[in-house]
Order: sequence, then C-alpha cells, then structure tokens
Amino acid sequence: MADHILVMKNITKEFPGVKALDNVNLQVERGEIHALVGENGAGKSTLMNVLSGTYPFGSYTGDIIYNGEVCHFSTLKDSEKLGIVIIHQELALIPELSIGENMFLGNERKGRFGIDWDRTYHEARTHMDQVGLKESEHTLIKDIGTGKQQLVEIAKALSKNVKLLILDEPTSSLNEEDSKMLLNLLLEFKKQGMTSIIISHKLNEIAYVADRITVLRDGSTIETIDNHDRSVDEDRIIRGMVGRELSDRFPKRERRIGSEIGLEVKNWTVHHPVYTEKVVDDNVSFYVRKGEIVGFSGLQGAGRTELAMSIFGHAYGTGISGQLFIGGKEVHLRNERQAIEAGLAYVTEDRKGNGLILPQTIAVNNTLARLDKVCSGGVIDTVKENLVAEEYREKLKTKTPSVQQEAGNLSGGNQQKVLLAKWMYADADVLILDEPTRGIDVGAKYEIYCIMNDLVAQGKSVIMISSEMPEILGMCDRIYVMNEGRIVAEMNVEDATQEKIMAAILRSEKNEEGA
Amino acid sequence: MNVNVKAFIKKYTMVIALVAVFILFSFLTQGRLLYPQNMSNLMLQNSYVLVLACGMLLCILTGGNIDLSVGSTVCLVGALAAQLMDKSGMNAILVIFICLMVGAVIGGWQGFWIGYIHIPPFICTLSGMFLFRGLGRVILKSKTVPVKNTQFLNIFASYVQIPGLDDAKNRWLPSALIVGVIIAVALLISVFVRRAKKSRKGYAVGPLAPELGKMVVIAALIVYYSWKLAKYKGIPVMLIWVLAVVFIYSFITSKTALGRYFYAVGGNEKATKLSGIDTRKVYFLAYLSMSFLAGLSGLLMAARIASVNGDTGNAFEMDAIGSCFIGGASAYGGSGTVAGICIGAIFLGVINQGMSIIGLDNNWQYIVKGAVLLVAVIFDVVSNHKTGKAG
Repeated sequence: MADHILVMKNITKEFPGVKALDNVNLQVERGEIHALVGENGAGKSTLMNVLSGTYPFGSYTGDIIYNGEVCHFSTLKDSEKLGIVIIHQELALIPELSIGENMFLGNERKGRFGIDWDRTYHEARTHMDQVGLKESEHTLIKDIGTGKQQLVEIAKALSKNVKLLILDEPTSSLNEEDSKMLLNLLLEFKKQGMTSIIISHKLNEIAYVADRITVLRDGSTIETIDNHDRSVDEDRIIRGMVGRELSDRFPKRERRIGSEIGLEVKNWTVHHPVYTEKVVDDNVSFYVRKGEIVGFSGLQGAGRTELAMSIFGHAYGTGISGQLFIGGKEVHLRNERQAIEAGLAYVTEDRKGNGLILPQTIAVNNTLARLDKVCSGGVIDTVKENLVAEEYREKLKTKTPSVQQEAGNLSGGNQQKVLLAKWMYADADVLILDEPTRGIDVGAKYEIYCIMNDLVAQGKSVIMISSEMPEILGMCDRIYVMNEGRIVAEMNVEDATQEKIMAAILRSEKNEEGA
Repeated sequence: MNVNVKAFIKKYTMVIALVAVFILFSFLTQGRLLYPQNMSNLMLQNSYVLVLACGMLLCILTGGNIDLSVGSTVCLVGALAAQLMDKSGMNAILVIFICLMVGAVIGGWQGFWIGYIHIPPFICTLSGMFLFRGLGRVILKSKTVPVKNTQFLNIFASYVQIPGLDDAKNRWLPSALIVGVIIAVALLISVFVRRAKKSRKGYAVGPLAPELGKMVVIAALIVYYSWKLAKYKGIPVMLIWVLAVVFIYSFITSKTALGRYFYAVGGNEKATKLSGIDTRKVYFLAYLSMSFLAGLSGLLMAARIASVNGDTGNAFEMDAIGSCFIGGASAYGGSGTVAGICIGAIFLGVINQGMSIIGLDNNWQYIVKGAVLLVAVIFDVVSNHKTGKAG
C-alpha cells in the first residue's frame, strides 16, 4: 500500500451562494510531485486554502489526514508547524526589506535581546545556497526580479522546515528560463525526499514535472492520472479538464449580425503603467460588428483586461499606440469621459473594487456614468433618478426591496445587474463586458446571458472577456484567443472547441520557447 | 413597533444626544444656558465652526481626508483684512473681496498639489498650517491689530434692526420674531407644496404624518429661537452669513451632480474614475472650497473679536473636523450630511458654552471634547462594521 503523506477526504466548502468544493478527494504520496489542474474557478486554490488553514477547521466539512493523523488547522501557523507551506501566486514579500529579513518575517531568529541578526543572515545564506540563489542575503527584494523572488519564497519555505510544499501557479509570472530552473529545483528536492503539490495552467510543465495529476472541475475531483513514466501528454490532461457537456445553460439567440463594424482596433500596443518598458498588449488588432458578441478567451494575465481598459479612454497603461475606430470613424479617447461620450462602455471584472460604489444606493450607482441625463443645470432630479433605477430594476429583474438599497447589501448576481444597468443607461453602442459572470450562481448567469442577447438584438456590439471557456463557446459569435499580450488565434464559434482554444494558447507558449 | 423605535434611534442618534446634552446643561447651569444672551452667543461663538465644518465635510467625503491648515488660513486672511483696513484705510467691500480671493488662491494652491500632483492631503495641509500661520504673523508684524472700520463691522458683526419696527427702547425686537415665524410657516407650507408637486407628476407620496411631524418640530424650534433672539439685540448679521453658507453647501451636497461626485470619490474612487468623472478635479474643488470658507471665517473672526493677532484661529481645524465626525461623517469618506455636521457643531458648541457658564476649567473642556469625539467615531466605526458584516 502506498505511503500517503496527505489524504484529503470528502472536502466540501461553501461560500454564500456557491459550492466551491463538492466532496473533493486528494491523495498525495510521500516524496512525489503531485499536480493539481483545472480551469479557473475549478476550486484548486480553495482546496489548498482549506489545507493550509486559511479557511479554518469548521468552515468546511471533510477530513484532512496528514502523516496518518486527522488535523484541525485553524490558522496558517498551525499547518506550517507540521511542515505544510504554501506559496501563493502573488508573492508575499515586502519590497523594502532584505532577502534575509523577508525569509524570517514572522519567524524571527531571536537572540537574548531582540533579533539575532548574525544567525538570521547565516541561516538565510544556507537556504539560499540550497535553492541556488546567487544574491547577497542583504539585497532588498525590490532589487531582484520575480524569478529570484520566487526562489526567496522557496528558501523561506525551507527555513520553516517544510515537508509538504504547495506552489500555486509558481511559473505564471516567470519567463521560460526561470520556469525551467524552478521545475528542476523541484525535481532536485524530490530526490531529497520532499513532497510537493503544484498548481499550474501550464500543462507542458505539469507533464514534465508531475508524478501524478489530479484534475478538478467545478469543485469536484474528476480523476487522478498516473504520470510516473512521463507518458501523459497535454491533450490527455485537457480532456480531463474541459470534458463537461454543454446543456442548455445558454439562452438561444437568433443571430442577426450586421455588416457594419461597431468597433475596430488596429495595431494596439500598451505598456505597463509602472514598469514602462514592459509591453502588456503587443500589436493587437480586432473588430466587432454591430449585433455581434465577440469573445476574448485566454488565461488570467493574458492582457485582456488591460487591452479593454486601455481602449476605454486610456484607463490603463502608458505609451499606448494604435488606431481605434468606433462606428467607422477614427477616435482619440484620452480619458474615460470621452470614451463614454463616444459610445463605449467598460463593465469591469472587479465589480466591488472598480465597479460599484458599495455604500451608495442602487439609484446612485445606476446613474453615475451619465448623471447629466437626470440633471438640469447641475441639479439632480432625484425623483427622475429613482424612476430610472426602478425601470432598470424591472428590466433586469434585480432582486431588491427598493432602489434605495445600498449596493453593498446585494448578492453578487444582483450587483452585477446593477453594474450592467449603469452601463446600459450610459447608452453605449459598444459594451465591453469583462468576466460578466464571475462569482455568481448559475441562475443569475443565465439572466446575464439573456441581457447580453437583448443588447445585440438592439444592434449593439458586445465584447465578452471570459476565462470560462464554456461560456465563451455558448455565447459568442466569434472568438479571439489571447496569450501573453497577443492575439494568438481567431475562430468562428462553429469551428471552435475548448481543446482548440487551449491548444492555441499552449502552441503560442511553445513558439515562444522555440524562439 | 420595536423595530421602528430602533430605526428611529439609529437615524436620529445625534439629535437625541444633542437634546440630552442641552437639557443636561440647562439643569447644570440652572437655566442660565437658556438666557437670550447665551442663546444668541451660542450661535455666534460657533459661527466659524459651522462655516469651516461645511468646507471640511467636502474634504472628508473624498475619503476621510482633512485640512489641517484651516486655522492658519483664518489667521492669514484675518491679518490681511485687519492690516489693509488699519494701514491703508481701504474700502471695506474691496478688502472683503481681496480677502476672499486670497482664501480661494490658498485653496487653489493646496488643491493643485493634492488633486493633480497627488501629495497626501495630511502632509500638504500640515505644510500649509505652518506656512500660512507664519505668513499671517509676518503680515501682523507679530502685533495685535485692531479692527475699527465700522462698515466692515456692520457687514459681519452687527444686528438686524428695522427702523420704526425695532425701537432700541423696547425690551424686545419684534423683527426677529416676525422673521422666525415667516420662515416657520414657509417651511410648513413647503411640505404640502412638495407633496402636491410629487402627486401631480404621478410619483409616489409617502405618509404625511412623519414628514409633517418633523417639520413641525423644526418650525417650533425656529420660532422659539427667534423669540430668544428678539429678546437680545435681534438677528445677528453673522447668523445670516452662516445660514447662507450652510444652505448653499447643503444644496450642493444633496441636490447637485457636483455634490454627488464628492460622495462617489469617497465611496469608491476607482469606480468613479471609470464612470468618466475627473477625480482630480473633485479633490481640487474640495480643498479650494475649504480654504475659501476659511477665508470667510477669517473675516467673521476679525469682525467678532474686533482684532487679529498671531494666535487667531488656533486649532480651529480641530473644531471643524470634530464637528464633522461627531455629526456622523464617516472617517473613511463617502458619507455625511451638512445637516449632520451642523448638529455636530452645535453639540460641541452647547458643551463649550455650558461648561463656560458653569465656570468649568478650560482644561476640562478639552478633556470632555476629546472624550466626546472618540465616542462618536467609535460609534461610527462599530455601527458601520456591523452593517458591513450583515451585507
């Protein structure tokens, strides 16, 4: 019988309105590299947060058996004490502190009076050598690149006496060379007997490094694939990841796509607002016709949100170049106000952070982008404003006792409707919907899809950015696939499959590797 | 019913607290607080707080940002006014115009750095606090400069007296009471006019009783207060200035698109920017208006004290900030009303005045003010936290 260092049994975790994990089982053998794969929202990160104690015991059901014992972790510290260390996708390092200080943050090497700095830096040096990090232990984090920062995180994990290392998307922000180095380091640790769990979208890396692969889909375990002989290829993993059937989760629509073009973008290039030499979107060209829903598929970080926001009055980025045509006419939009006036709407993916003013009422949010429509001489007609909000509440079937309700008190699906209402009221001809159904339940999703169908039926153009491939395939007329700031494929929905989209992404990554 | 009572208490917490404090001090002072002279002074002593609090509200709305330079601006503008009239004998109207413009320029200076260059407001206005206090003292040449220009004093610090109606020999001045009654009646009529207008347009009209009840209470207070004023010199001109500012700011914040933007920026700056609103300009305007009102306060103070010295306006910003937070403005921005901060300012005023009449030591007044402020902000944070959790 196999020696399991970790068994997670029948783990179920619910968030308000969403079942994130449904009876998930995971078995990790001692000394292996175990990969966890699945689409965005499949529950990978949630599962690891349950394991590490970020979601404390009691907030989920099921058992965690580690080294043969049932564990009840209520904080991160509890799991770290037993040698379970998780390294998140967003690195948790303090830029202004040195490598050594970061490695022992919250875990300080104490002397008789305060911190024993000699011991701190001596131990830091030891662990840095283990991971092959050739930097001074006194170097500040902000002065080294992300690849080396990732190594600092691993060295930090080693300093905590790690037995089970969990890496969440460790290579997502690394270049090929750094990724390769990191993966080889994991294989090196494996030889020394360490167990790792790696979460990644990069299936070629998974196939290269993992001994066994567990596939999660919609919060459930689908299968565990054995890869000890490195015989598994990417297609095999993709089949596991996307093998769900499409039933009638999407409302039918009579396609009446006009011949006129609603929005066209030519040679659009955007640079990062802080690291201005970094190209976020590279020479992107696309168009959307009137009455058409165009989907933008890709992994998170592909540059889709940045593309959309940069088009929307340069709300993101610097050094933006390229041409933008709305309704056939070239426009130069320098700020959000001009974009709105040109008939453009951007419905953000982050409705709480960038979309709604949560402490204000639905009515206030509804009119904010076009307050002038309910004003005369700068004075707001509050009665008219309420009538407008009331009208959209009925149209979109927003569930709320009153439009005087604070937006923050609504459920995710209803917040999304308020956000859509706001931009519908802005009379846009071209609507960019960024992850319009993120984090909302199936019923509300269906209603959002219906609204999208209504919009294109009125002759508007809709651009949908989504990381959920079934949704892209179910709703769009045409699909652009983006990866690393470039459009890597364009396909009509009739020709598109999830495998083809995934393959297009992976192919582009391979090309980069070859180049 | 129980729920209604709870909702009522939650909505009118500060009003209830104000009434309680008022009654308390009426007893503690053995009714001296209610003397016409004290009632009249209650407003005059706090005129500057009310004016400054209106400006401070806009700053706080943008995200809990405050303006520390207010007291120094009061000093600088007051000093300028006093020196211009004392040394050059300039016409009072011209002096007022120049001083208000100087206030606006100071506001533009701070607003530019805060709004367009993104200097943190705390630091920018801290610098202003030193800068303008110093400039004020330079203008004063470290002396106390008297304000003797009668035209200037008439504009800010006199009392309204209607010849023929108000006779100085009378024990009371009917004009104040008449004005009070007219305002009260107008307010009551406005309730019905508004309802008629609503139902004519086919909008839903709420129940009459609470709406009218609230207005009857307000009208009664106005009549009561104007009776007190009538028994002591009549309506102070300064009160008219203050009410004008309060009215204008109340209108801006509750009725205009511009006012809405202050709440929006404080509620969610990113969302506001993505809605096509120039958030930099919102910050700029908040600080512009703040210093403009500080300039006006400088004039009011110069007229009321009839002299200006290097310490004029000291710590005024703290009274304004305190009034805002006691009056229910959120320390995180995005919520607060002019009506609320007026109640906050009067609340502080009643405590001040009450304690002064009792003869309580000045130091104790600080202690009480500090405690009251802390309690008010704790209340804001705790109650917000709870509603946040429920959502």
